This record gives sequence, structure tokens and C-alpha cells, in this order.
Amino acid sequence: MIRIQARTEPSSLMKVASPLLAITLTLIFGCILFSAIGKSPTQALHVLLIAPLADSYNIGEMFVKMGPLLLCAVGLSLCYRANMWNIGAEGQLLAGALGGSAVALYFIDSESSFALPMTLLAGIISGMLWAAMPTFLKLKYNSNLILTTIMFNYIALYLLIWAVHGPLRDPEGFGFPESALFSDNTLLPVLFESSRIHLGIVFALISGVIGWFILSKTHLGFQIRVFGADEPAARYAGFSGKKLSWLVMLFAGALAGLAGVSETTGPIGQLVPNVSPGYGYSAIIVAYLGRLHPLGAILAAVFMAVLYMGGDLAQIEMGIPVAVVSMFQGVLLFFLLACDFFINNRLAFTNQATN
Amino acid sequence: MKLKSLLVSLGLLAGASIAQAEEPLKVGFVYVGPVGDLGWSYEHDMGRKGLEEYFGDKVKTTFVENVPEGADAERVITQLAKAGNDLIFTTSFGFMNPTVKVAKRFPKVTFEHATGYKLSKNLGTYVLRTYESRYISGVTAGMMTKTNTIGYIGSFPIPEVIRDINAVYMGAKSVNPDVKIKIVWANTWYDPGKETDAANALMDQGVDVMLQHTDSPAPLIAAEKRGLRAIGQASDQSKFAPNAHIFSVRDNWAPYYIKEVQAVMDGTWQSKDFWGGIQDDMLTLASINPNLPKDVRAKIDSTYAMIKSGEFKPFTGPIKDNKGNIAVPANHSLTDVELAQVNWYVEGITDKIPH
Repeated sequence: MIRIQARTEPSSLMKVASPLLAITLTLIFGCILFSAIGKSPTQALHVLLIAPLADSYNIGEMFVKMGPLLLCAVGLSLCYRANMWNIGAEGQLLAGALGGSAVALYFIDSESSFALPMTLLAGIISGMLWAAMPTFLKLKYNSNLILTTIMFNYIALYLLIWAVHGPLRDPEGFGFPESALFSDNTLLPVLFESSRIHLGIVFALISGVIGWFILSKTHLGFQIRVFGADEPAARYAGFSGKKLSWLVMLFAGALAGLAGVSETTGPIGQLVPNVSPGYGYSAIIVAYLGRLHPLGAILAAVFMAVLYMGGDLAQIEMGIPVAVVSMFQGVLLFFLLACDFFINNRLAFTNQATN
Repeated sequence: MKLKSLLVSLGLLAGASIAQAEEPLKVGFVYVGPVGDLGWSYEHDMGRKGLEEYFGDKVKTTFVENVPEGADAERVITQLAKAGNDLIFTTSFGFMNPTVKVAKRFPKVTFEHATGYKLSKNLGTYVLRTYESRYISGVTAGMMTKTNTIGYIGSFPIPEVIRDINAVYMGAKSVNPDVKIKIVWANTWYDPGKETDAANALMDQGVDVMLQHTDSPAPLIAAEKRGLRAIGQASDQSKFAPNAHIFSVRDNWAPYYIKEVQAVMDGTWQSKDFWGGIQDDMLTLASINPNLPKDVRAKIDSTYAMIKSGEFKPFTGPIKDNKGNIAVPANHSLTDVELAQVNWYVEGITDKIPH
């Protein structure tokens, strides 16, 4: 008889072994999967996991891809540590893209050196606003944060689609739903010639460090951790749940909004209907892969970015269908999170059935 | 021994030179949807397969499916260029600006972008004259309707769609002076749920023949359920609605892809804005339902033949817009440049173009 038993202490062995176990299981699964469709497993795994980091262009693109994931994931890590189940990074990101783009288009003929800071600020504020509304509903009316943040994702998406078909549409774009290209004045500077690494990625890395600093080195971070671990104890200690909820949500909203505006003023350079291929949702996975630790999120964001790029390369270099790639990625994430389960739980073998 | 090694090296040399002569032209494709969408991307992939069939070993094709129209597009197109593709087709409007950027960085690679309007030395565009097949659809719908009301599900109010609505209405009116057209905007290219709702809304208002500018077979299925009629879009959709289905307008990209690949092989490729239609066999009528009345079938064939021979062009004046202004003067057929800018409805459409 096998039972699942909660461990009294998290297993320090499993903390280290869990990712290794997950990777081993995934490699075995990958070998079976790729052999089954008649592709060389070693070549496929190389293209999926190593090729994305094999040359300077790809490394640059990996940073471009990880930027928005990391910004969203750092905010989410803090939210989840404080038991605020914010699923709304996607909407906050889109709100940031929309608000920022409106300002960028306002400055389209301007030479002002305030143009870019104002654009970024507009993105940050829009993201915060988008996080503030569900937070208010939760704290005031005790509404379910998971549901309201998801709903706000859809509202943001449709607001963006409306804007790009209406007021922000390029007047010279033959009616196609996208904005005019932003002027260079409102584009994030590119850091390395011939790559797309832009200032937004620096923001993302800094956000990871700031998130870590807040959480690990400040009294505020201590409050967040206590609040998440044991709410009654936190209240008994006199910590204000409301204040903490507001802080983590606004912080997450600001970062997601910055992610959105950094996409439109960075690699895209205009407002389009598809600003995000679901970064706000993928960031939830990144946050958990990073074990809700802002520095862990950096590693996890790199990892996810590599996975996404590997998927494209697998199609280009080996003709592996996107469905097979997605299946491989899904299984990898499943094993990673499933193995973590055994840090706090274990299998208990007993000789007789329990009552 | 000497002789043998000489023979071997001669053989190697010969082999090498043959290999060089037979170096295939590498052609890349970027799809916005999965190849299994049975619509837009599916037909582009059929075109790619047609290309492989025609050229055999002389081409090597690669495709990347499900590419988001955001920051990722530029990376995927770049990676195709880096992987040594000589000619790259990007098959969705949202890939326009990314294609422009990559084309600038890879001046030796040839790029073609479907449905866009930006050209450069190594970047051409191509688009279908769907208004030709829509005119035939309009003629057919005008004859088939018993309520004198036909319905159109618009995707986005861009010139292509406005132009096609006009073509449908002019076709219908040419055979049925009392016909009316009702238009619903779905604001999507592919969303079976929304398309079903739009189709039902139209049929509730007395529409008995459905036309659509969206790609899913959902409107045909909705018409089938009510015992009404519908025309398929982009690919052969007859199997989804055996009774309702009148015919499907099939996009046929293979002839174009073959022509362009040949031009690149011959070194005669030049950047241009290409419009392909019935005359180029790029639009075909698939699975014309045998249950159509004889006179309708005859009219379909004769209208098709007139357009195919070049004898008839749908946008030939005099044509008035629905505000009473002359939109196309007598004895003038709209040029491609003029067609690209149609932003008015023809006389008789009692609707406004949304802005």
C-alpha cells in the first residue's frame, strides 16, 4: 500500500534532487517521443534546449523573450508569497502596453526628452490601475481575486483591440488594425548593435534584484512572508493585511505594466493587437518554477525563454510539428512542478491498508 | 593502388560538383495559425506542398506554424534567414513590419509578404483578388435567396473586406434588383464561437444565404442546422454542411509560389505588389453543390468564365457609392492601387462602415 504523507520538514535532499529528477524524466520522455515520430532524439534535445543559447543572436533573443516573463513573474512571486492569487499579470501587461502606446503616439512628432520617460510612466501607471481595481474589489467586497483578475485580463484585451481598431489606429495604415510606428524618440534604446536587447531587459533584471531585496532584506518582506505562511500570526503581530495586499498588487501591476510598455516601445515598436503571446499567464509558471523567489524567477525566465525559442528552432531545423514541441514543453513543466511536490510530501509504504 | 585512389578522388570531385549543382533553393514559410486550421494557414501549407511536388529535390521547404504577430515574428523570420533560406514567405498581415525589418538586415535573401503594403528592394507583396470570387458568390446568393436578404460576416473593416462586400452586393444586384445585404462585424479572422453567433444573428433577421470573410466553417454549420444556404471561405468546406454548402472559394497559392521560386532560381525576381485571382488559378470554386438549380449552376459557370477570360472586371464604372457620389467613372476599371483604397460602400448597401 502506497500513501502520500506530508513531511514534517521539507526534505533538503529533494530540494536539490527534484530538478535533476525532473530533467532525467523529461529526457527519457523526450527520447521516446522524438523516436516515435522518427526524429533523432539527441538532435531534437540539442535544438530544443541548447541551440537557443548557441550563438550571440540567439542569446540576445533569449533576453528579449525573458524580459516580460521576468517582470511579470517577480511581481507575481511577491503576490503569491502574500497569498494574493493574482492571475491578472496578462491584463496588467496589456493595460501597460495600451496606456504607454497612447502616450507614445501623443509624442510621435515630438523631440522632447521627456517622451520616453512619460511613455514608460504611463505604462507603469496603467498596469497599477489595472491591478488596483480587483484589489479594491477584494478588500472592499471580499470578491474572489482569481476570478476578478482573470476577468480584467479580458477587459484589457478587448480595450486594447478596440483602441487599435479605433482611436489609436494608424491613419495611413489602410485601415489595418495597428498603430503608426512610434518615433525613435519613444523607443527603448537598444543596448548592443545588431541585437534587439533593449533597456527593458535591464529593468527586468533590476526588478528581480529589487524583488529579492524587498522580500529577503526588509521588514516589509518579512511581513509578506509571515503573512503568507501564517495569516493569524501575522495579524496577531499587528501586520496590516490590507496594506500588504495593496503593496504587492500595485508592485506586480507596475512591473507587468512596464513589461507591456517595454514590448511596444522595444521589439515591436508600435501597438498591435497581439502584444503578448500570453506572457502574463506563462509568468505564473515562471514564478512557481522559481519557487516564488525573485532570483529564482530570473533562472526560471531564462529557462522558459529557451524553451519557447527551442520550439521555433525545432520547426526550422528539424521540421518537428509545433504540437509535438508543445507536448514536450508541457511534460517538462509538469515533471518540474510534480517533483517539487516531493519536497514537502513523501510516499509512505505500509504493509496493510489503513482504516 | 594509385589508379584506384585517383578514381576515388575523381569520383569525389564529381560527386562534389554534382552536389553543388543540385544545391536546392531553400524556401521558408511563416504561418500565423496551425497548419491544421483548415483555412488560411492550411491553404498556404497546401501551396508549400504543391511547390515541393513541382520542384522535387530542387527546393527544400521549411515552415514555422502558430507564430504570434508580436515581438516573436521578427525572431522567427530572422532565424529562417539565418538558417540559409533564400526565399521567405510571411503569410499574415501582422508580419508586415517584422518582415520589413528583417529584409533590411538580410539584403541577399528574398522576402514576400502576403496582404501587406510595404515594399523594398528584396521584399515583395502578394494578395488575392478575392473580390472576383466574391462577385460570383454574390451572383449566386442573389439567385438563391428567397427572402431577398443575404448576410455577410465581416472580419475587420479594412479595404479588402469592404471591397469584397461591394463585390458581393454588385453581383447579387446584377441578378436580383430587390436584394438586400446585412453585415455583421465579427472582429476576428477565426473564432468559431463568434462566427456562429454572427451567423445566427443574421439569419434571425431574415438572411437565407450566408457569406463570410472569416475562416472557420462555423457559419456553414449554423446555416445547415436551419436548412439555409452558405458559401465556404478559403478552403473546401463542403463536408461541414453537405446540404447548405453552395460552393467554397478555395485559395490556391501553389501556382504563385511555383512562379516566384522559379524567378528566384532564374535570377529574374523583382520586388512588386502582385495581385492574383481567377485568371491566375489562385482562386478556384471547390465542390459546387450538385443540388443547385440548373440555371444557377449555369450562371456560376458563365460568370466564372467571363472573369477568367478577362472580359469582365467587377469594379468597372459607372459605380456610385451609397452617398450618391460617383465612385468609379464610366469606362474605367479600378486599378490595383485604387482597389487597395476602397473605403466606400456601393449604392444600395444601407449600412455604414465602422470607424
